[in-house]
Amino acid sequence: MPTVNYVRPDGSRLSFDVPSGTSVMRGAVDNNVTGIDAECGGCLSCATCHVYIDEAFAGRLAPPSADEEEMLAGVAAERRAGSRLSCQIQVSAALEGLVVRIPERQT
Amino acid sequence: MSGGLVIVGGSYAAAQIAASARQGGWQDPITILSEEADAPYQRPPLSKRYLTEDLAETTLALRSPAFYRDNAIALELGVRVASIDRSRKLAIAETGAIWPYERLALATGARPRELPVEGARLGGVVMLRTLADARSLKGSLATTQSVVVIGGGFIGLEAAASCASLGKRVTVVEAQPRLMGRALLPGMAQWFADLHRRNGVRLALGATVKAIQGDQGKVKSVLLGSGEVLEADVVLVGIGVQPNEELARDAGLECADGIVVDRFARTSDPAIVAAGDCTRHPSPWADAPVRLESVQNAQDQARIAAATLTGKGLPYDAVPWFWSDQYDAKLQMAGLCAAQDEEVVRGSQEEGKFSVYYLRAGRLVAVHSINRPADHMLARKLIAARVEPDVERLADPGFDLKTLLPA
Repeated sequence: MPTVNYVRPDGSRLSFDVPSGTSVMRGAVDNNVTGIDAECGGCLSCATCHVYIDEAFAGRLAPPSADEEEMLAGVAAERRAGSRLSCQIQVSAALEGLVVRIPERQT
Repeated sequence: MSGGLVIVGGSYAAAQIAASARQGGWQDPITILSEEADAPYQRPPLSKRYLTEDLAETTLALRSPAFYRDNAIALELGVRVASIDRSRKLAIAETGAIWPYERLALATGARPRELPVEGARLGGVVMLRTLADARSLKGSLATTQSVVVIGGGFIGLEAAASCASLGKRVTVVEAQPRLMGRALLPGMAQWFADLHRRNGVRLALGATVKAIQGDQGKVKSVLLGSGEVLEADVVLVGIGVQPNEELARDAGLECADGIVVDRFARTSDPAIVAAGDCTRHPSPWADAPVRLESVQNAQDQARIAAATLTGKGLPYDAVPWFWSDQYDAKLQMAGLCAAQDEEVVRGSQEEGKFSVYYLRAGRLVAVHSINRPADHMLARKLIAARVEPDVERLADPGFDLKTLLPA
């Protein structure tokens, strides 16, 4: 099972094994990682599962869909180059060790 | 011993009150009393992906077991609270079990209205609110050809879209002359009517149901007021909900089609807060107190209730927002609109990518978007900022609405 590292705004890191095919958002909810609110449950309606993908992994992800791209325009925290909605990123072996940083706020 | 915080209810608001109270520094015990057998779960997928996909129920959980454990939140399932003794501060279950409380939070939600016609209790006549309801509906759909949906609101139409995409023959019966009459204005409702028809759903608008007919306890057809008979293997009744306010009313709390709360989610008893579908509350976005049935309201008002419990006193002023997915149409709504509002459309209705901007006395009050998520996200900010856009500029596709936001 790939490991996903969630880095909280204070810099502390939580690491969990997340089953392949599960979203990074679901991995956070299942492990009680606070700061990823996921209000709509992953249907691209709320933009409250915003994360910053670590640069080292940016190239391994499929680019955001048009809808995700539009929702990213409305995230509550600062939008940066690595900004993604974690409900749209499926964990896989290729993403072993993925590092995502949680923004200061989601709403 | 202090009874701590007791929360009655088992969905979004209940879980969020518990989470936010802990986060806000509530130290005493927290107990959630839910009458459902399932731990709090997501409801929106029940009319959509849950019906059409092979979705593991564990993926619906709102919070993980770790959440309840790590936050020391006792989740008591299958507990139906029958009464509240406010003078002794006790929540009393149907079984006689007693939970003393220091503060009580009511997040009792709402329940589907029952159709008051003959045959409404036949086998195959279902309502859709809980995971248990969805399991039962999904089970019957497996062997179903014809589905009649009574009620052209969000639940009914989402389920109709799901059934149509599963290849069922679907008819929607709606008493009003248009769909989603409470939430959408006529132009948008017409667009959705066309969408459903294009997907093979028959719409019977302005039609009443006289009876549901069956054979050996199982539904066979729906008899309309016009005399027409619609064959049905499954009938889904989605004619709105009513707030679960009886517990509060019987305890002497003020209710008015919803448990009446103030901007701080306080009921008429200072020891008791309430949040979610069950409340009627003042809103800066409406002229009179409103009752909102949405995930956003449940979660945002729950945060306000928790702030009150932990002594923060934040007023509830979030802009209401909603969503509904039907086929490939993502409807997102921000703000509250009314029939007399002025409309400006941006985007293309033909291509199914557009937003309708509603203005009242010059101020932007609501935006309904189809497949324009960026419009929706910006709309929440524009409404919150109470912008008063010039109508001609608003109608100009080249005009960047972001420039309306205060710097």
